[in-house]
Formats: sequence, C-alpha cells, structure tokens
Amino acid sequence: MTTTAASLLLAVEGLSVFNDKFRAIDHVDISVGAGEIVSIIGANGAGKSTLLKAIIGQDDRVEGKISFAGSDIVGQATETIVASGIMLVPEGRRLFPSLTVEENLRLGWSVGRKGAIGFADVWRQFPILAERRMQKAGSLSGGQQQMVALGRALLANPRLLLCDEISLGLAPKVVNELYALVPDIKRRGIGILIVEQDIERSLTVADRFYCLLEGKVTLAGRPGDVTRDVVMKHYFGL
Amino acid sequence: MLGGLYTLFATGLSLSAGVMRFVNIAHGDFIVLACYALLLLTTMLGLNPAIATLAVLPIAFAFGFGLQRFLLQHVVGDNVLLVILVTFALSIIIENGLLEGFGADPQKISGGWMETATIALGHGINVGVFQVVTFAAAVILVAALDLLLYRTGIGAKIRAVSDDVAAANLIGLSSVRIYAIAMGISFVTVGVAAGFMSIWTNFDPASGPTRLLIAFEVIVLGGLGSLWGSLVGGVVLGVAQSIGGQFDIAWQIMAGHIVFLIVLALRPQGLFPKY
Repeated sequence: MTTTAASLLLAVEGLSVFNDKFRAIDHVDISVGAGEIVSIIGANGAGKSTLLKAIIGQDDRVEGKISFAGSDIVGQATETIVASGIMLVPEGRRLFPSLTVEENLRLGWSVGRKGAIGFADVWRQFPILAERRMQKAGSLSGGQQQMVALGRALLANPRLLLCDEISLGLAPKVVNELYALVPDIKRRGIGILIVEQDIERSLTVADRFYCLLEGKVTLAGRPGDVTRDVVMKHYFGL
Repeated sequence: MLGGLYTLFATGLSLSAGVMRFVNIAHGDFIVLACYALLLLTTMLGLNPAIATLAVLPIAFAFGFGLQRFLLQHVVGDNVLLVILVTFALSIIIENGLLEGFGADPQKISGGWMETATIALGHGINVGVFQVVTFAAAVILVAALDLLLYRTGIGAKIRAVSDDVAAANLIGLSSVRIYAIAMGISFVTVGVAAGFMSIWTNFDPASGPTRLLIAFEVIVLGGLGSLWGSLVGGVVLGVAQSIGGQFDIAWQIMAGHIVFLIVLALRPQGLFPKY
C-alpha cells in the first residue's frame, strides 16, 4: 500500500484541521501517488471535505504537513497550489452561472499549469458541451454542469485531481459517464483523490482507500483486501 | 449631453456596486480629489487638461488597486455596514484634507477653445463641442468597459468573482487580486469623470456628495450592474434636469430627483436590471 518515493505526489502527515471548537481532522496521514486513485470514504461530518479544503489551501487553521511533489504547501495561497498542479472539483460543482460554458472552462485553463490537456480534449469527451459552449453555465442540467466542473479542473492540467462528491444529486447514467473518464485521467499519470458518499462506486474505482470517522483514519487499505462488513464497521464506528 | 457627464460619474460606481457588491460612499469625493490633482497638473506644470487627464489615469488605477488591496479588502465580507463606514470615513478625510490644502474656493479648469466652441445643428440649435466630446467619451467609456468585462480574460475573472467569491477562491482564482484590479478600473473611470467634470463645472472640496448622489441615481435608474443601463440612466437624469431647468432654474435638480423617484416607484429594479 505504500507508493515509491519517486511517484509519490501527495503526502499528508499528522494533519489536523481545527474548527471553532474541535479538530475536524485529527492527525491524519494520507498519500497519493502519480496515476493512483485514492478514495476517502466516511459518513457525513467525518471531515472529508475539510481535508480537501485544507489540501487546496482554503483552510488556514491547519497543523501538520502537506507535501506535494516534495515541497511543503501548508500556508501557500490556493493560487500557488493550483498553479503547481493540484485542482479541485468542488462539491456542488460551483460553476459561475452567469458565465458561458466556454468562459467557465477557460478559467480552469488560466489558473492552472499549461499542459497537454486542451479544449479539444474536453469537447471530445463531452460533445454536448461543445454544442452548448456559448450557453450560460447556469442554464445547463446538473449532469452537464458537473461535466463543465470536471472539464474546468482538467484544463488546469493538474498532477493531482481532488474530486468532492462528483456523483451527488446526479442520475446514475450521468455518473457512469463521468466515471468512465477516470481510467483516461489515470493513464495520464494524474493522481486522483476521490471523496464520495457512494461507497460502492468509490471502492470499485479506487486503488486504495481511507475510511475517515470523526476526523481520524479508522481503516486504510486496498478495496480487494477488506470485506464489506469490515468497511461498514469502520465507516460507522461500530 | 449632461447625461454623458452623469454617466461618467456613475460607471465606476456601477462597476464597484454591481461587480463587487459594495458601495463606495467616497466615490464622489474621489472624483473631486482627482479634479484637484488635475488642477495641480494643469496650473503648476502647465499641462493641457487632456494630457493631464491621461497622465492621471494610470495613477488612478494604482490608487484604486492599492486602496482595495490594502484597506477595503479587510472590510469586505458579510458585513456591508463596515464598507459603508470605512468609505464614509474616507469621504470625510478627503473633503477636509482638500479644504485644508486648497481652501473652500470653487475651482475650475479651463478647457480652452473647446469649452466655448459650438456646432450648429441647423434650425438655430447649437451644441457645445465640449458637451459633444463629453457625451462621446461616456459612450466610448461604457463600450470599452463592456468589451473589457465581456470579451477579455480579466473581464471573465471579474464576473466569476462577482458570481461566487468562494468558488473562485476554491479553484485558485485570487478574489483579492481580482477585486483590486476591478477597483483600479473603477478608479480609471473616476479619473475620466474628473477630467470632464473639472472643465464642465466648478468644484470645491464639498462637491463630492452631490456627485455621489447623481451617480447613485444614474445606476439605480439604469439598473444595478448594467453598464449600458447607466448610460441610459445618465441621459434620463440629464434630460429631466434640463427640461426642469427650462421651466424654472430652481426646478433643475428637483426634476431629476422626481424622475428618479417615479422610476424607483414604478420599476424598482431599474430600466435594464442585471440582477
């Protein structure tokens, strides 16, 4: 379950994130390698989204170490972190509704590293977006919006992609379509950290997983190595 | 034609109120401050008013950028009152600072031949060249801002931050810098407005609040956040005042306010609402 140092992208060590009253994340260790898919599972309030926010630099009450490609990124501005190669697909998509599809995508391109993934790739993956490129993002369906959100993140040419609740509120068919992209992303050597409520889907796609409960990692491993019962036990803390 | 000048007052406020969702109470005072800067440049350095105005624009951008980045950024957020208080304080500081430095005498910058030249439109109607130029400048400024906001990368970023600040931060779009740039642009319009106002009319340290009131009425008439709306708002207000002034000079300002109140009562979202 350890990744070799050469391909290690993200290493979170002894990370704690503080809320007003308590530790939302409590001494968590997590790693993601290049081209590796890692899932974080856990019940509501386990600290999954908080973890992603801390990695992307949107939470300043952080203790511990987050190193990305060998350098410590705690305290860096989100702008710098994104430019160095981490991009988030935020929970709830968070598109800019008054901007067109193309403008939304272009923002991803402009904040990120310039790299191999370009507009042509997004149009090829999601032909419907090419048709609607001049449409306001707010007028798209939920599934199409999620495609824009994913496209926006990919256009930043990340080395590590953070996906927060991609399937939330979407039809299974659309979710399948989005997840069909994962192997291609992986093939490009991009590491993916997935946060999902949908344990089944999350464990199917992942190389490794971590189970969070009340801010602590209660279980970690490869999906094939643990039974469903063991996962559920740690998920609910029974 | 007066509407052109009013539009110039309003565009910067429209940008900061519509895009950044806060109200700069000192907007009018900054216009007056820029007028005094132009006065210094034209009287002490003997610069032509047009060149002085152009010279002031980059300084205005830097000033607006710095003001937003180092002062106003600390108070933007959930509490709108804080911004109002801080900009109100700025307003008082500017007014009294100018009073201290320049005295209460009304000042004016000479526009040279352009100020008095007229164009005959036939049928005995003449319009002043300077008035036409001012109106043209207002149209160009609105068109330029429209292009900037809707056709450029930085414009898309400004609109993105206006849509959802938190989302912008999440994807690595620094809202702090974007706000500062937007304020810088807003201040460029302040510089342009000052360039025309300083020739059009007298100004003194206390002229600011009146300009703010006009700018407010213009953007509310036009619809908050709508740039072309503020051009229409400016014209409506200007025409109303001119017609009012034809009947009785005392009714000039009042007529503008009355039209404003009527529109506000019948169409509170403005003529061309954006939001």
